[in-house]
Amino acid sequence: MNRYTETIQTLAAKLLETGDVKTVLGFKRGTFPLTTEPFLATTPADTGELYWDVNCRLNLATYLKKEMGKVAVVAKGCDTRNILVHITENRIKREDVVIIGVPCTGMIEVKKATEMAGGDILYATEQGEEMILTTAGEEIRVPKAQLLRQNCALCAHPNPVIYDMLVADPVPVQTGMDRYADIREIDAKTSDAKWAFFDEAFSACTRCYACRNACPLCYCPTCFVDESRPQWVGKGTDPVDVRTYHMLRAIHCAGRCTECGACESACPMDVPVRLLTRKMEKTVGDRWGLEAGLTLDARPAQDIFCLDDPEEFIL
Amino acid sequence: MTILTIDRTSWNAGLDRARGDYTLVGSAWDADCLGFRELAPDEYPNMEGLLTRLSPKGVVFPPSQIMMTCALKPGDVKQNIYVSEEKLPSPRAVIGIRPCDAKALSLMPLNFDTGETKDPYVLNAWESCTWIGLAVTEPLASDFSTSCGTGPFDESPLDVLLVDDGERYLAKVITDKGTAWARSAGFETEAEEGAEALIKTKKEAAERAITSAISFDRIKEKTVLELYEANHWQKTTFACLNCGACTFACPTCWCFDIQDEVYEGKSYRMRNWDSCMTSLFTQHGSGHNPRETPLQRTRQRFMHKLKYFQDKYETGIMCVGCGRCIEQCPAGIDIREVCKTMNSQA
Repeated sequence: MNRYTETIQTLAAKLLETGDVKTVLGFKRGTFPLTTEPFLATTPADTGELYWDVNCRLNLATYLKKEMGKVAVVAKGCDTRNILVHITENRIKREDVVIIGVPCTGMIEVKKATEMAGGDILYATEQGEEMILTTAGEEIRVPKAQLLRQNCALCAHPNPVIYDMLVADPVPVQTGMDRYADIREIDAKTSDAKWAFFDEAFSACTRCYACRNACPLCYCPTCFVDESRPQWVGKGTDPVDVRTYHMLRAIHCAGRCTECGACESACPMDVPVRLLTRKMEKTVGDRWGLEAGLTLDARPAQDIFCLDDPEEFIL
Repeated sequence: MTILTIDRTSWNAGLDRARGDYTLVGSAWDADCLGFRELAPDEYPNMEGLLTRLSPKGVVFPPSQIMMTCALKPGDVKQNIYVSEEKLPSPRAVIGIRPCDAKALSLMPLNFDTGETKDPYVLNAWESCTWIGLAVTEPLASDFSTSCGTGPFDESPLDVLLVDDGERYLAKVITDKGTAWARSAGFETEAEEGAEALIKTKKEAAERAITSAISFDRIKEKTVLELYEANHWQKTTFACLNCGACTFACPTCWCFDIQDEVYEGKSYRMRNWDSCMTSLFTQHGSGHNPRETPLQRTRQRFMHKLKYFQDKYETGIMCVGCGRCIEQCPAGIDIREVCKTMNSQA
């Protein structure tokens, strides 16, 4: 069992016993290998179900609702940055949320694990820095580092940036990684090649909107794709409509996205949706030197205007 | 009923021969996703028995389909008159479909052919198919088809059942449609006498390999209101993100939306996949929405699959246990657990 689980349970139980919070938002163990399920503990007894492992891919900020009252939330580095964005955007109040910060060593990608195991995974357990994957035929041990999601492998902020308590000491922060090699590669393509690349990359999208619904930043009461009076986007499979959705969503998240990767992890069709949000992230960094969710003192990139803003392109 | 033996080395040649009479449909890779679709003339179906990401429902119920078109140009004699785009598809051989998926599609006429009302688009597409299933010999951990009135070797929805036997397929030809396809492909070597027993052994082994099961007997007995008003829904539906991943992947989710789109002087009336997970799905013209909250929508999906369908058609639940929703749910929701909760005592 991941060593964080017990600490999370203890902290949560204490918060509920003292009445400091009404509920604790965390994960529970999934019924299926390599899954977890978001879970709301409402009594100290419930906290026994709280769980932590390398499959807590969702960002629980998505589940924070104003009407919850005072709530504690279990949050990785990227999740705390996201909560900070929410506070900056006045969606939640700092005093309404108790952040149980998780110094994070990364979440794994199910697809990578399945490919590595070479078959249907029946059991998966985490042991130190390794994952033990059991298929019908064999049991293999794989270093967790080889299974990490891309956003975790490239993570620059694994430790919570805002929190009320930490479940463990901060973890070492990696430096010197090249976060945008793949983005630069796409940037360097000709227009035609880019078009062909994105045509293929987004072709599998069914617009189930799992990416949007998993994203804590997508909290508009009615998303533009769901507007019906008037309707802005076609509902069919026309690539123009599919692209419109993805591009608008990405731009809507520019300067706000904290690279939690929930969107891409949620996608049932393996659409590389983060290519767009990371392009936005790179642009916001290059142009304005801003990085989302690091301080309560700065306004989000799309929320401020300066006379000396660079203007070489629309963003 | 005959059992044929088809040597793997002659499999592709047979498929090619049948292409004269049938368009081939099967599973194929597109980028990183295994799908189920019409195959190109030089393409062969993937026969590894893998679970396709989306179910094969698109074969008879495409994600987006033009139902009618209408000329908008002034002066056109048919200006502003919608004309049906009903087509009688040419015969299609659906190769390698999982038996439980075929079972799901065999339920479609319950919804699309009420006797009084027939949906020509779905029914024509369905009729055009010869279902050549591939028995599942290595069921996945998410497979619970045996408790849903079907299973890895279910012949009932198929015209031919193929069973992988190493260097060859054993082909159990079940219907006249199946016979016609086998003849067209030139598959005619009858298998040895022990073939039936061999299939039976493989069937039993596959069924044994499925360890997860659901029961819905008490759901049947309980009243709709009892289930609907049960106090577990807050908890059961909490994690649900209300995305459409499960409904789009599901072989028994057939809800759709009809939309008109105008393009270059022509209007198109299209049917698109829709999902009961979305708020817009039940939004009334008046502005009222009977399923406004996420809880109501998630509850609806499970009530429909496990209760309403069961009560209305008396053919079991609206789930064939393919396991796609379990594998793909981003929030880790498992229909087997929901079913267990709904089926629990009191």
